[in-house]
Amino acid sequence: MAIKLMQGNEACVAGALKAGMRFYAGYPITPSTEIAELSAEALPKVGGKFIQMEDEIGGIAAALGGSLAGLKSMTATSGPGFSLKQENIGYAIITETPIVIVNVQRSGPSTGLPTSPAQGDIMQARWGTHGDHSIIALYPSSVREIYYTTIRAFNLAEKYRTPVILLLDEIIGHMREKIEIPENDTVEIYDRKTPSVGPEEYKAYKVPQGAIVPEMAPFGTGYRFHVTGLVHDETGFPSGNEQVAEKLLNRLMDKIEDNIEDIVTYDEYMMEDAEIGIVSFGAIARSSMAAVDTLREQGIKVGLFRPVTIWPSPEKRLAELGEKLSSIYVVELNAGQYFLEVDRIAGKKCRIEKYGKFNGDIITPEEIVAFIKEDQNA
Amino acid sequence: MPSELVKEYFRTQNLAHIWCPGCGNGIVTRAIVKAIDALGLNKDDVCIVSGIGCSSRAPGYLDFNTLHTTHGRALAFATGVKLANPKLNVIVITGDGDSSAIGGNHLIHACRRNIDITTIVFNNNTYGMTGGQFSPTTPTGDKGTTAPYGSIDPNFDLCNLAQAAGASYVARGTVYAANALEKNIKEAIQNKGFSFVEAMSTCPTYYGRKNKKGTAVDMVEYLRDHAIMKAAWDKLPDEKKEGKFVVGKLHHIERPEYTEQYDKLIERVRKVD
Repeated sequence: MAIKLMQGNEACVAGALKAGMRFYAGYPITPSTEIAELSAEALPKVGGKFIQMEDEIGGIAAALGGSLAGLKSMTATSGPGFSLKQENIGYAIITETPIVIVNVQRSGPSTGLPTSPAQGDIMQARWGTHGDHSIIALYPSSVREIYYTTIRAFNLAEKYRTPVILLLDEIIGHMREKIEIPENDTVEIYDRKTPSVGPEEYKAYKVPQGAIVPEMAPFGTGYRFHVTGLVHDETGFPSGNEQVAEKLLNRLMDKIEDNIEDIVTYDEYMMEDAEIGIVSFGAIARSSMAAVDTLREQGIKVGLFRPVTIWPSPEKRLAELGEKLSSIYVVELNAGQYFLEVDRIAGKKCRIEKYGKFNGDIITPEEIVAFIKEDQNA
Repeated sequence: MPSELVKEYFRTQNLAHIWCPGCGNGIVTRAIVKAIDALGLNKDDVCIVSGIGCSSRAPGYLDFNTLHTTHGRALAFATGVKLANPKLNVIVITGDGDSSAIGGNHLIHACRRNIDITTIVFNNNTYGMTGGQFSPTTPTGDKGTTAPYGSIDPNFDLCNLAQAAGASYVARGTVYAANALEKNIKEAIQNKGFSFVEAMSTCPTYYGRKNKKGTAVDMVEYLRDHAIMKAAWDKLPDEKKEGKFVVGKLHHIERPEYTEQYDKLIERVRKVD
């Protein structure tokens, strides 16, 4: 058992390497820079490649090129860079190119408060790129969870041939805490499926019987195929046909929406007998957890629901909680972004309230306790 | 009947192409394919990457590993492909707007790194796909749909730009002198480093019509009559260069190539460990 004191951003790189990352392309930006720095140091040692590109757009573009050439690829950024990467996130979606995009969030909009935390990119992660699409976004809450969630981000990217967004908080990205990584960690590593047929039979975007996604040949292995951001049929070549477009877009959304059970993960704390719920994620879930303890001591039956997969939403469980609980407080470091989603899913019978903040300061357990008590007594 | 060259290197099922009658892009595409054929490259080892625009549609017609990316980003994607698999011959097909406006940053940095990618710019002096807006290579004073009174923007000399940014091979050719263009593309692919070839193409539909340049043939003849070979160009006094442009191999030096440098870095780091 290796016990280490590790920073969140460091755990992200350690997880990525464990998952098989062999290509990193990015651009420096606070508070994500350690991810680039540590990748630059680690990748050549394992025969992988690191490149510092000329800008954020080049960062994701080169990472996608690396992925198409067969290497597991990652890029990391923060809010302003995440905005710049959006077009190529859409490209990754339509071309089904696996990639992990880490966004260590900071306060915005624009340059905002570069070294202060925020959870303001919840909706940008969901809808940042144009057009209809589904997306996978994961949101770990501790250094240890960053390690395992980064591995999971790679696995999901490869399994579903889709970009996976890893949302981190500045707080945990820069926080150091204890992490135990077993020597012979038997964590599952998923490698992309390469073609089971020869080049003559291969159709780059045909989903084989019983499979979720098309098989993916790396460039340069004898399978000469075409990759385009245009709507394409199963051969990969562009098509302007409405039926082809509808079929493709439905397939791209369905491969995620039909596998929610596999993709969605969440955590609950003191929820069994709870009458009141808190929904919270990332670093703020830790304040919320402490608030649950305080409120429980005062006899108030509160539980915490913490989505780790934030997109697609843990819809089934949130709906159940909406049936069971009298009130749900969505506590997030923004003006109420995930609140909208919780309200949509759980708000039919249950009262959904938001507690948000967006001034660069964190939300403390005391604030949450005070807010909930005041609201309950009102 | 398609020629042997077309049957061997084109995805004939995807033809006919989308280019307008009289467009020069087919001539440049053929020159690229002939250069690849002459060099005897294995099709499986060639990766052609493009951005967005008329010229960037070419890879869809070509039977290699082909990647049609986002506007301006072909070189950034190509950099990733090449670094991840240096054994691939990576060729970027791009346009004047794609490479020097929206993708200008990637162009200068690919030149600076001297990464072993061959970039062919199909320069038709306009944004053809969107209907004829002026581009960074539209000559000052010429018209585009967004320059109805004539462009006041100074235009780029793309070859000077590439050379100044560090490209180790730079050449310019025209769709009139297709064989010379093919020869330059061949040299560009052979160069171990970043190679830049500006192929002066023609857009009779938009740029030509807007600027009263005559027929497609007139535009090709214009290229013939205004192109001067490098050797002759160097002897010309400045006043005689007015209105003309230089063609041929313009620059060729040896510089450390990026992916080789990275492989050396891996070796060095692993030895220390």
